[in-house]
Amino acid sequence: MNPLQMSLSEMAEGVRQQKLSSRDLVEFYRGRIQKFDKEINSFISLNEEAGAEASRIDEAVKSGRSNGRLLGVPIGIKDLLCTKGLATTAGSKILSNFIPPYDCTVVSRLKEEGAIVLGKLNLDEFAMGSSNETSYFGVCRNPWNKAYVPGGSSGGSAAAVAMGLAPATIGTDTGGSIRQPASFCGVVGFKPTYGRVSRYGIVAYASSLDQAGPMTRSVADAALLSEVISGQDPLDQTTTQRKVPTWQSQLKADLKGLKVGVLKEFVTDSLHADVKKTVNAGIEALCEAGAEIVEVSVPLTKFAVPVYYLIAASEASSNLARYDGVKYGHRAEFSSLSGLDLETFYSKTRGEGFGDEVKRRIMLGTYCLSSGYFDQYYTKACQVRRLIKNEYDSAFAKCDVIVSPVTTTPAFKIGERVSDPLQMYMNDLFTTSTNLAGLPGISVPFGFSVDRLPIGVQLTGAPFAEQSLLNCASALEVAANLKGVVPYES
Amino acid sequence: MNHRGYESVIGIEVHVQLKTVSKMFSGDSTTFEAEDNRNTSPITMGMPGTLPVVNKKAIEFSVKTGLALGCQIRPSSVFARKNYFYPDLPKGYQISQYDQPICEHGELTFTVDGREKTVSITRAHMEEDAGKSTHYGDYTLINYNRAGIPLLEVVSGPDMSSPQEAAEYGRTIRQIVRYLGVCDGNLEEGSLRCDCNVSVRKIGVKTLGTKVEIKNINSFRFIEKAIEFEIERQIDLVERGEKIIQETRLYDPDKNKTFSMRTKEDAQDYRYFPDPDQLPVLVAAEDLERWKSEIPELPRARCRRYVEQNGLPESDANVLTAEKEVADFFEETAKYCGNYKAASNWIMTEILRSLNESGKTVTESPVSPHHLGEMIVLIEKGTISGKIGKTVFAEMWATGKDPQTVIREKNLVQISDSSSILKIVEDVLATNPGQVADYKGGRTKLFGFFVGAVMKASKGQANPDLVNQILKEKLG
Repeated sequence: MNPLQMSLSEMAEGVRQQKLSSRDLVEFYRGRIQKFDKEINSFISLNEEAGAEASRIDEAVKSGRSNGRLLGVPIGIKDLLCTKGLATTAGSKILSNFIPPYDCTVVSRLKEEGAIVLGKLNLDEFAMGSSNETSYFGVCRNPWNKAYVPGGSSGGSAAAVAMGLAPATIGTDTGGSIRQPASFCGVVGFKPTYGRVSRYGIVAYASSLDQAGPMTRSVADAALLSEVISGQDPLDQTTTQRKVPTWQSQLKADLKGLKVGVLKEFVTDSLHADVKKTVNAGIEALCEAGAEIVEVSVPLTKFAVPVYYLIAASEASSNLARYDGVKYGHRAEFSSLSGLDLETFYSKTRGEGFGDEVKRRIMLGTYCLSSGYFDQYYTKACQVRRLIKNEYDSAFAKCDVIVSPVTTTPAFKIGERVSDPLQMYMNDLFTTSTNLAGLPGISVPFGFSVDRLPIGVQLTGAPFAEQSLLNCASALEVAANLKGVVPYES
Repeated sequence: MNHRGYESVIGIEVHVQLKTVSKMFSGDSTTFEAEDNRNTSPITMGMPGTLPVVNKKAIEFSVKTGLALGCQIRPSSVFARKNYFYPDLPKGYQISQYDQPICEHGELTFTVDGREKTVSITRAHMEEDAGKSTHYGDYTLINYNRAGIPLLEVVSGPDMSSPQEAAEYGRTIRQIVRYLGVCDGNLEEGSLRCDCNVSVRKIGVKTLGTKVEIKNINSFRFIEKAIEFEIERQIDLVERGEKIIQETRLYDPDKNKTFSMRTKEDAQDYRYFPDPDQLPVLVAAEDLERWKSEIPELPRARCRRYVEQNGLPESDANVLTAEKEVADFFEETAKYCGNYKAASNWIMTEILRSLNESGKTVTESPVSPHHLGEMIVLIEKGTISGKIGKTVFAEMWATGKDPQTVIREKNLVQISDSSSILKIVEDVLATNPGQVADYKGGRTKLFGFFVGAVMKASKGQANPDLVNQILKEKLG
């Protein structure tokens, strides 16, 4: 049995039936990481206890105590999610020495189902970036072409799955940070509805937009992982009390009776021809699977990027204030703290601890929230956000799922856009509005550019209507028939 | 009030520390006695990814306080972040309420120097406390136990015009929150903190002068003195043609002076915005009704009832209602014995004095309201005299026994049978023939001597009325 071709359920079942051991699974992936991660730099750190934890699970199986939908399955975790006793850096110097005394709820839930934390994955610093280039731990590379970015901010989570260094990973998505790297790396990336997944213990970037989700080789794996990590959490007031459906077992690629909306606004001047071609092929596939295709419009999406950056930066400027060198994390070296004024202490510590992109967003957010500018920027952005949500509500009165590109272009070259933040931000054109409206979204691999870079198709669903979304994703997956198409020799 | 041709305008912000078991947004304990930095979970320390979950008890306490202050309660209020950097503020922002506080538009009436005064309550909002910094020369230590403890900040209108009114306002707030059981009202431990905003203007001027905030005043007497000092200082400045600077000042009780802490120029832009980690705080109609019904009769209403229905003097009623527990003790006693005035007298004298001497609170009184009431009944029935009552009370206080037992054990029952008293009277007269002769010779003042001697001979147990009557008969 080749662990690179098994679903998560098959692995868990294999461990339960003692057809394979969790220990072997962990060693297999650790071996691949040893061998291949030097080239792509997807992991920031490995869980050195993973082998021992796997052995404990194998022992438990032998003694008949063997529960868990992810029994013995190694999972990679974006290094934005706190893991008890394992360094959690957020890709930043300022947290480079931080070891949380607690697990985030997502990781606790994975562990409760028997999953093993394989290691912590590279990301843009504090999830602020679309290319993984802002990481303090160095850029992660796209497994399909190492001169290219894997996307971001969950670049490490996407690249590791694409490269077969982990069977599945967890990413987070604030403005597209799961879906965009999934598209760039040719994996499935799913962001459930805001409120489905607890944010407790996930380093906050923009609290009203952040949502964790799975990055996997298949839609079924994404459905299963989402089931495990979703659900109300007493530690996070913003989680919904809705029951978590059994998404995986209800998956079906037959879309009869489903209406798929084609976003009228998706064809823009900046849209890459290969992306356009791929999305059009995707629409055809959905139609062939039985869906009725209708045209829908969300005209305000043209303001989604500026609205997103105003709101995200405002929240971030406040969320990141706690990293001040007083209680934990990096503190600048001072010859003596005696008589040192606070301002110097803070500015030197934070000045050294944060990278340029994080500083840029903290400054932007601080400005937006300042007295005299608050109404003009923050309040206005919140109003437009509400209108975007309303437009989506009208669109979903006409269809069940909306299909669109994930990004305007396939992956770009490392270094190509670092000097032009605006161009980098515009890359988020199709993903940010999903977060602003709190909707579920998924990126499904559907083709390649002429340069042999993966291109995904994005599906967006109505709030809490994940099943229709996953079913459409399943239909695309079947039609794409990309199983076994990988960037490594298999 | 006229100070040298000026009047003062005073508004007060009271920080009421809510007596919840756990903190505003985490399960950490709120105990004051805990060892430094003990009550500090990752949430209190603002560790990455931790989130606030609001304490329902804090909402209940806030709503009850708002209702007691006549406020309107917002069915939906919003937590906001107040952003500023300080080492004792773990998250770099304080969770507070800004434009949508839970309580608004109330008022508070109290009495100062016999006059009624009504002060408007602009708002009362919930927030979390910061940690405590202690500065030692060139270094500072921080205790985060206090960080996250729930506070209700009650903001008055600028409606007070004398230091006495300000202090009485503070006392009344304290009395009410203690009645509600939402705060222990301890100024020294900081569970009630008053910041006073003071400005002065020439009498007749309508616009407000520049205000100065005085912080860190830890007694109501000091509030009075600090404001008094501040009013004089500000008038001096204006008289000298100098400008009053908008600033925050601290009061030093040893020097009886205020001194500058920071000026408005240092004032920060707090960049308030709604806390995205939290949902609006919803107060359901049924919760509101239940909490309303749980509010006890408040001191002012209780005081009025004692005067109007039970015929107590206003001064007694004020003393009895100062603390809810004392008023409860009083009512229980009075209900038992049916005599409000007697119950009031015994509590105002013996109970309060004994509590004071022993340092006990009324709930720790060894004499229960039931026993005190029983004793009052025994006095009224003539089983013991009022004088013996004091002896019985002292014994009850010392032993915690009921009055019947004390009277029986100490054999203190009043002698009310005429033949027994007659015998004692005859003995007394027989042993004092000289005084009897003098009395009969016209020194009628000696009557008191005979009464005293009889009482002494009966160990105080003879019924004084009968003693008088029999002595009169015997002495002719």
